Amino acid sequence: MDALLQSTERGLYCPTGDFYIDPQQAVQRAIVTHAHSDHARPGCRSYLAAQSSEQLLRMRMNDDAALEFLPYGKSLTINGVGVSFHPAGHILGSAQVRLEYRGRVAVISGDYKLGNDPTCESWQPVKCDLFVTESTFGLPVYRWQADETVKDSINDWWRESRDTGKCCVLYGYAIGKSQRLLASLDPTTGPIYTHGAVEKGCEAYRAAGVLLPETTYVGTVTGKNDWVGAMVIAVPSAHGTPWMRRFGLVSTAMASGWMAVRGSRRRRSVDRGFVMSDHADWPSLLTAVEACDAETVWVTHGYSAAVARFLQEKGLDARAIDSSTRSESDEDEIAP
Amino acid sequence: MIRFTELYHAVDATTKTNEKISAIANYYAAALPEDAAWATYFLSGNKLKQLVPTSSLRKWAAEEANIPSWLLDESYHAVGDLAETLSLVVPSGTIVDDLSLSQWIENRLMPLRNMNEPAKREVITMIWKQTSAKMRLVIMKLITGAFRLGVSKRLVTRAIAEHSGVSADVISHRLMGNWKPTPAFYERLVDPDLQDALSSQPYPFCLAHAINTELETQSIGGCEEYFAEWKWDGIRGQVIRRASKSFIWSRGEELMENRWPEIESAAASLPEGTVLDGEILAALPDGKVLPFSQLQRRINRKTVEKKLLVEVPVVFQAFDLLEQDGIDIRSLPLTERRSRLETLMSNLEHPQLMVTQLLDGKSWSDWATIRETSRDMAAEGLMLKRKDAPYATGRVRGTWWKWKVLPYSIDAVLIYAQKGHGKRASLYTDYTFALWDGDKLVPVAKAYTGLDDSEILKVDRFVRQNTKEAFGPVRSVTPTLVMEIAFEGIQRSTRHKSGIATRFPRIKRWRHDKNPVDANTLQELLAMLP
Repeated sequence: MDALLQSTERGLYCPTGDFYIDPQQAVQRAIVTHAHSDHARPGCRSYLAAQSSEQLLRMRMNDDAALEFLPYGKSLTINGVGVSFHPAGHILGSAQVRLEYRGRVAVISGDYKLGNDPTCESWQPVKCDLFVTESTFGLPVYRWQADETVKDSINDWWRESRDTGKCCVLYGYAIGKSQRLLASLDPTTGPIYTHGAVEKGCEAYRAAGVLLPETTYVGTVTGKNDWVGAMVIAVPSAHGTPWMRRFGLVSTAMASGWMAVRGSRRRRSVDRGFVMSDHADWPSLLTAVEACDAETVWVTHGYSAAVARFLQEKGLDARAIDSSTRSESDEDEIAP
Repeated sequence: MIRFTELYHAVDATTKTNEKISAIANYYAAALPEDAAWATYFLSGNKLKQLVPTSSLRKWAAEEANIPSWLLDESYHAVGDLAETLSLVVPSGTIVDDLSLSQWIENRLMPLRNMNEPAKREVITMIWKQTSAKMRLVIMKLITGAFRLGVSKRLVTRAIAEHSGVSADVISHRLMGNWKPTPAFYERLVDPDLQDALSSQPYPFCLAHAINTELETQSIGGCEEYFAEWKWDGIRGQVIRRASKSFIWSRGEELMENRWPEIESAAASLPEGTVLDGEILAALPDGKVLPFSQLQRRINRKTVEKKLLVEVPVVFQAFDLLEQDGIDIRSLPLTERRSRLETLMSNLEHPQLMVTQLLDGKSWSDWATIRETSRDMAAEGLMLKRKDAPYATGRVRGTWWKWKVLPYSIDAVLIYAQKGHGKRASLYTDYTFALWDGDKLVPVAKAYTGLDDSEILKVDRFVRQNTKEAFGPVRSVTPTLVMEIAFEGIQRSTRHKSGIATRFPRIKRWRHDKNPVDANTLQELLAMLP
């Protein structure tokens, strides 16, 4: 397996193919699972990514970056290593990377979630010998509710706020979460506005053919505007800034998997916390590991040690490939 | 129980005081007396005695969730709240009925205490199956005795007052002391026509706001408007003499029986219908006040043996008179209460009952000079009390000020970190600091408070990226960060590796300008020993 994949300081490396997957630093050749900035870093000589992430990656990268795209399921050979992308269900264009060399298969999950999301292709299991899984929410306290339930509670909150003369400000990451939130809203409740960073993300989604409800960029609103009953989708870093003043009386909410825990919710000092995550929760992480049928599992990005130990005790060859745990703020810093 | 769960989450969800009050008042508006009584019981910070050992709850939850016990522990460290962890790891159930709060407490939860282990387990498992994660959190908190709504007692009092129309001061007084959450109690609590008469019941304590510098004294008026006293470092208490009995209450509203026999017997000499406010202090017969560490030896003893009575004798330093001849005189100005107190006490001449001395001073700077000598008096600083003010209920701004001496401080190095609890769960917020002993760093203090939210996030990130080793929930980190630690006192200790224990250590500021080599040494700390 060493010829296929190694865990290095710079990130996951395929020695035979001589390329990195989601490298932490600038390298010659990078394969990128999705367009979030902790996975797609600038400065590499060339990039390869799934076709449907094209709009988002082009938005993120410099104009002169050498980008190549490959549709889901299609294979390309790099120095004898077969490379293909498979939907990861995390955000638009997010992919699991499948590597094959001399009959051995490794799958790198990137970030992923199970279940349906109208703004991106659904995760599919890919059989492999080595599965590299993220573990952002890899503890049994993280169990997501049904999408419908979360959707309903967001729309209920919007209507309640409207009826009590407030403007809703809902925080989510600019790319992925925001668009998923938009797709969950009932546009008959009131007008929907977006923060600049969110609007940019929406443009890329729409260009890729994803249907989203109509939105107005807050920056284009001039003069007096009646914000009562409106829904504003914004990035978390906008919370408590002067930018918020224009909305008058607001009810604020955050949509994130971290909201499952009361302490995180209270720390945010928002009025509501909706548990909506684009990462796998505990049951789906176990489902994914089982569905991939891998004999070896590498765990990264989160509660790596705990998940690895749990899988070892289940009889799998599992290990944690990083020691740093992910904190809430890491995700926030995903630049617009 | 659904309504009580909603109340809990509504209060938890908002940061605005008025919304919290209205959520509580709404609950009362539609609650039956038996439910309102229990709600009041829990909202004012009372707990049920442990119903099920937490070790059993952990074990059963792990089995329900199909996870090993170490993973439940790991989850607990991430969540920082046991009841919440238990509620989250067990897959959500469905609510099948809606028993009221009192039915839940009296019929489902209280009987747990006398059940055997398998019966307990059966009930708990059933509860998990029949509750959503939200309701389960509230119930697990009640069962583990960790129920706490994020509101002050004052706020609860205001909400009940708002709902009932009885004034908040009366509600607050009626909620003092020991009472049982019965419908009859609740009806008395909100009865506008009732005369209050319960002989043991203390008054709500008047609390002080802090001022820190001489400069701040400028903004509170002229010094001639105030009395100054030592701020004693003992136990605040109310001594009550009513119905030929004596009662001593702590500031935490605990009736301290048999704890302070000297004061109890002295109180017998007080006239009927007297309530004193003051401080219990360890002091030798010659008047010398002993440090708090000496008093501490007596604090948690339910009964005191002779030897300790001789080694650590106590006195009551009275500083206020709240009731005289059975009449509540809290609304009189302090000058009047003080003069009545002095007259009363001069007629007694009991060595264990003293009146706190007023400090002379003609200007704020006179008092600032006196304040510098506080440590020699075993006092924490000065109290400044407005002469014309009534005895306030709770922490009312402008009547009492505490002006403490500057704390001790040292620069120490962060060496261990652990995740916090509650609002700080899943963040590394509990730190251990060390000082140099030769070329070794020796842990001297744990500090959990003092950093602001953005600093906490920075330290959290630092800990995650600079972990050397993890021992269970504790991480040792590369010694890099230096912080100034402030503390109130210092004493020798055989329980600590450094041989020293600090009192109330907290972070004063992050010394970005210092490297670990610039931190203080253990010898420098030892030199501060009194």
